[in-house]
Amino acid sequence: MTTLLKTPLHALHVELGAKMVPFGGYDMPVQYREGILAEHRHTRTAAGLFDVSHMGQLRLVGPDAAAALETLVPVDIIDLPVFKQRYALFTDENGGILDDLMVCRRPDDLFVVVNAGCKVQDTAHIRKHLSSRCEVIESPERALLALQGPQAVTALSRLAPGVEKMVFMDGGFFKIDGFEAFITRSGYTGEDGYEISIHERDAMAVARLLLDQPEVKPIGLGARDTLRLEAGLCLYGHDITTTTTPAEAALTWAIQKVRRSGGARAGGYPGYAVIDPQLPNTQAAQPSPVQRKRVGLVSNEKMPVREGAKLVSAEGVELGTVTSGTLGPTVGHLVAMGYVASSHAAIGTEVFALVRDKRVAMKVAAMPFAPQRYFRG
Amino acid sequence: MTIKYTPDHEWIEVHGDGTATVGITHHAQDALGDVVFVDLPEIGKSYAPKEIAGVVESVKAAADVYMPVTGEIVEVNEGLRADPALANTDPLKAGWFFKVKLANPAELDAMMDSTAYDDLLKNS
Repeated sequence: MTTLLKTPLHALHVELGAKMVPFGGYDMPVQYREGILAEHRHTRTAAGLFDVSHMGQLRLVGPDAAAALETLVPVDIIDLPVFKQRYALFTDENGGILDDLMVCRRPDDLFVVVNAGCKVQDTAHIRKHLSSRCEVIESPERALLALQGPQAVTALSRLAPGVEKMVFMDGGFFKIDGFEAFITRSGYTGEDGYEISIHERDAMAVARLLLDQPEVKPIGLGARDTLRLEAGLCLYGHDITTTTTPAEAALTWAIQKVRRSGGARAGGYPGYAVIDPQLPNTQAAQPSPVQRKRVGLVSNEKMPVREGAKLVSAEGVELGTVTSGTLGPTVGHLVAMGYVASSHAAIGTEVFALVRDKRVAMKVAAMPFAPQRYFRG
Repeated sequence: MTIKYTPDHEWIEVHGDGTATVGITHHAQDALGDVVFVDLPEIGKSYAPKEIAGVVESVKAAADVYMPVTGEIVEVNEGLRADPALANTDPLKAGWFFKVKLANPAELDAMMDSTAYDDLLKNS
């Protein structure tokens, strides 16, 4: 049996009455005493504090770091302005997705956040391909907190004046009551909010300062999952994997024109030959069709439709599989995402999910299910 | 009134008329978290012990509800269907699942009483 790792806030979670579960190799809080629904609603109406210290934090240092990272992601890193963050994907030679990540350019490095379950492989992948071009520094001594919700700005700006001036996907160095922090205005709930990278020795003090703010409550991974699903955001290993390409996953927005054929730095990343023909590009050629697409699904039925449920047409023809699903606590009805044959991917198409011995009527729907409320200034 | 418990965390309360009421325990609802949906059995259907007679779904997971005894479903809790959260807020009363006509009341004898069930929870 593998021993579960603990974040620097483990004792706080236990003290707050969290239900702890294994996640990404760590013993993590799935919910606190009030439960997932209350925590979800609190994040949508006030501010929720999440411990995401299980995620991997890395620094790529050196003048060639941005160009080097572009050899592993189909994303524009070179033109990323200082103190701007961007969503990116590690891809493989077959066009599949190895992980999704966040990259922020800072004056002296690229700050990279990767998923907990992928961080060992990601780090090995980065070292193998980039070590000759930049310094790759793992930061296991860093904790990561996410403060999410419409009142996150009120709570955090009280402790770290200036954070209210940032807009979505900005980053910056701040002091939180004297503790050094690197803060980005981003998150993974669809709400306005911040991610806060701090030294592990300061994590407990900073978390308590945040929890002392009247707007803030601790939120577990259970609500993080329902929040990100309502926001239409992918969970790696579920909605995106090595068997899904960016176009199939409806993530072509993450690939800037400069990296597409006809762009100034087209290609040069793993899987270009598979991925690029599936993208609309500047050469005006029609993208080659993909066989299946990630879509949003809604239903007025009451029975939850979860990951793994088969999707069929009215005639019973198999169309694909649900990759995430739940009763959306904010929207008040079933929401799911999954892959369907491209022929059935248009908004409004009726499909059926098979749950136990029942057919649940669903409809392909636009995402996000709950409106995103990022602060864009 | 006698209440007995199963290792699968159902409770069963026997009435004087040969029927019994079945629900899930406080421990079960606490482990599941917020219940958002219940799938209840059809009235008139008969079950053997350990057969799946219902499903309870929380935000995070689905769990089967097993029939504790041999018997026929005589009533289901429509109130629970309308408000599945009753399974969380009042699991032993308003959050009951179904009523069953017992075919073999002697089956109850082998089941746990509250002391034995509490011991099971302590040791698990």
